[in-house]
Amino acid sequence: MTYLDHAATTPMLPEAVEAFTAALGEVGNPSSLHASGRRARRVVEEARERIAAALGARPSEIVFTAGGTEADNLAIKGLFWARRGADPRRTRILAGAAEHHAVLDAAHWLAVHERAEVTLLDVDAVGRVRPETLAAALADQADQAALVTVMWANNEVGTVQPIAELAAVAAEHGVPFHTDAVQAVGQLPVDFAASGVDALTVTGHKLGGPLGVGALLLGRDLRLTPLLHGGGQERDVRSGTLDAPGIVAFAVAVEAAVKSRSERTAALAELRDDLIRRVVELVPDAVLNGDPVDRLPGNAHFSFPGCEGDALLMLLDARGIECSTGSACSAGVAQPSHVLLAMGADEERARGSLRFSLGHTSTAADVDELIGALGPVVERARRAGEGWRS
Amino acid sequence: MTVSARMRVLAAMSGGVDSAVAAARAVAAGHDVTGVHLALARDPASHRTGARGCCTKEDARDARRAADVLGIPFYVWDLAERFHDDVIDDFVAEYAAGRTPNPCLRCNEKIKFTAVLDRALALGFDAVVTGHHARLSVADGVPTLRRSVDEAKDQSYVLAVLTREQLAHSMFPLGDSTKTQVRAEAAARGLAVAEKPDSHDICFIADGDTAGFLRRELGSRPGSVVDSVTGDVLGEHDGAYAYTVGQRRGLRLGRPAADGRPRYVLDIQPVSGTVTVGPAEALDADLVDAGRPVWTDGVARDGELRCAVQVRAHGGRVPAVVTATPDGVVARLETPVRGVAAGQALVLYDGDRVLGSATITATRPVPAAGPLAEVTA
Repeated sequence: MTYLDHAATTPMLPEAVEAFTAALGEVGNPSSLHASGRRARRVVEEARERIAAALGARPSEIVFTAGGTEADNLAIKGLFWARRGADPRRTRILAGAAEHHAVLDAAHWLAVHERAEVTLLDVDAVGRVRPETLAAALADQADQAALVTVMWANNEVGTVQPIAELAAVAAEHGVPFHTDAVQAVGQLPVDFAASGVDALTVTGHKLGGPLGVGALLLGRDLRLTPLLHGGGQERDVRSGTLDAPGIVAFAVAVEAAVKSRSERTAALAELRDDLIRRVVELVPDAVLNGDPVDRLPGNAHFSFPGCEGDALLMLLDARGIECSTGSACSAGVAQPSHVLLAMGADEERARGSLRFSLGHTSTAADVDELIGALGPVVERARRAGEGWRS
Repeated sequence: MTVSARMRVLAAMSGGVDSAVAAARAVAAGHDVTGVHLALARDPASHRTGARGCCTKEDARDARRAADVLGIPFYVWDLAERFHDDVIDDFVAEYAAGRTPNPCLRCNEKIKFTAVLDRALALGFDAVVTGHHARLSVADGVPTLRRSVDEAKDQSYVLAVLTREQLAHSMFPLGDSTKTQVRAEAAARGLAVAEKPDSHDICFIADGDTAGFLRRELGSRPGSVVDSVTGDVLGEHDGAYAYTVGQRRGLRLGRPAADGRPRYVLDIQPVSGTVTVGPAEALDADLVDAGRPVWTDGVARDGELRCAVQVRAHGGRVPAVVTATPDGVVARLETPVRGVAAGQALVLYDGDRVLGSATITATRPVPAAGPLAEVTA
């Protein structure tokens, strides 16, 4: 099996599995006052400190969640409600047009149910939000702005955003800035304090930790309305019994991924560049989407003219090669990627796209397997055509 | 089912028990099977309860779970746009034109055995397998399509529209089994859909209210209900599409017919909106005209042939003499059939073997029916 879908989820690191399984056998609610509770709490607090240290944050700035989607929703809705509560004029959410659905749909929900106004920030042809786009949008809307949210790196096409510059523009106008960094942590240097962002989403399973655990890094002076009410855990921002085993394993993975990042991603980028070069050699009209240089080290995202992405995926799957068409909805129905459409691609290019994402277990043999299979697969998918839907 | 060679087959899995067992049989026969669920509804988020159709998320999940149990790959193909254009729009347009379409037949013709089959063949599959109840064998590229052994579940009528080429790349593994046997086999194979109720409704009309659906699609189109015998206007309606030839109930007549006998819809005139009603015997037709003939074995007939014909999905066959030309057929029925509706398929059988089909364009009643002789659809 050739696994080229690390951006969807990547195998857990052995040290994270070890920490996870060891913690599963321990009893103790971190909120309990007795010895077992204190022990569990200590484990969680140590994990918090390790994550904070690895990401340039203070321990008190880590709010544990059940993953990236929850952290994004908490940031978008929580900041919106808190900022509007403080000043009713602040009803506008400024979001990148190529954000993940966890961000876009949360903003859309607020627009429908809470009368939020959403400004989608245009992206350029490689999927980047230019700082001047944000500056222009804020120039006449700053006093109505509840928050700005732009992802650190795009999950589909891999383009890295100029986050520090964007955060500086938002800061100039005194508007909180959130970034979804689930693809970035462990792949790019991410320093919460140095970046100037006010809130940052990170999740475990994209960097070698377990599924179902993540965090929102949240500046200490930022007020945020909670989504989950209950026991008042996590600064009263996110109630719910803390998932001690998940959190420990998450911390181990964050620490390991950040520590190995420089060396690992250099090799990864080399492997990825090899993949890109060979794909284009094999299929000369394949179009590399996203920024050719400033992209996630494991990401290779193409459009194959005349093909449907889901046909390519199915044919590769039958040959033991696993990749993605981008974002799939829960029903498994392939939609043309909103990311590519936002980048100005037509629907045909958006439907004919495929993402290969490499990770910490990828080898040169994986690339060889893909290259060995891709030629006939593209040929066949092309024969099946793209017009079959209508 | 006997299998001569291992084939790559695509199993269309609706989430129901029939398609699950059909896929299971293809696997058991040694084929390399891939399951696909066809997403036909524009909004797959609809999560209906109670009513059964083909398009819900729950059905997609049932199909996926069946594929898991069978250990085959599974994908969802989005055909919502095409289904809307080729089946739903056609359904509405046919009713608007005063005809009575069969959307399942159209779906087989345009979606399952055109869009899906064409794509499957292009992607390297040899055939599409479905859970239809009909017997199909192919020898030297020539298909033989027969009625299911389960007469109550037979679906040869809605498959008779398929061409030789389409059938030559199809597999219907259930034709030799009764529904009871299929359910028992599903249970024995551990398929959770074994007890799932049959679907009866038109899948895109969730509440089963076809007239309401057509009213939403076509709007109000008032017209009169006219007595065929006296020419009296018996009532008004707000859409002739709510009526089907042969219909008796829900005519909303302002007053009973002079002779006190029940009235049936005899004819629908789409432009004027006039719905003609009359006595039951006026529904009797012994001549049926039909166009767009499709011959199952690919051999176009020309001239007369004796066979049996079926004029609606759930109806008996009657002996007939059929005169075939390249453009259409005329069937002279040995015994008149009541309530034949234009738009339905005329399917020709030799015993239990399907010879072909054509789309009914007009019926001519028994000449003795007097003034009704001029009523044509």
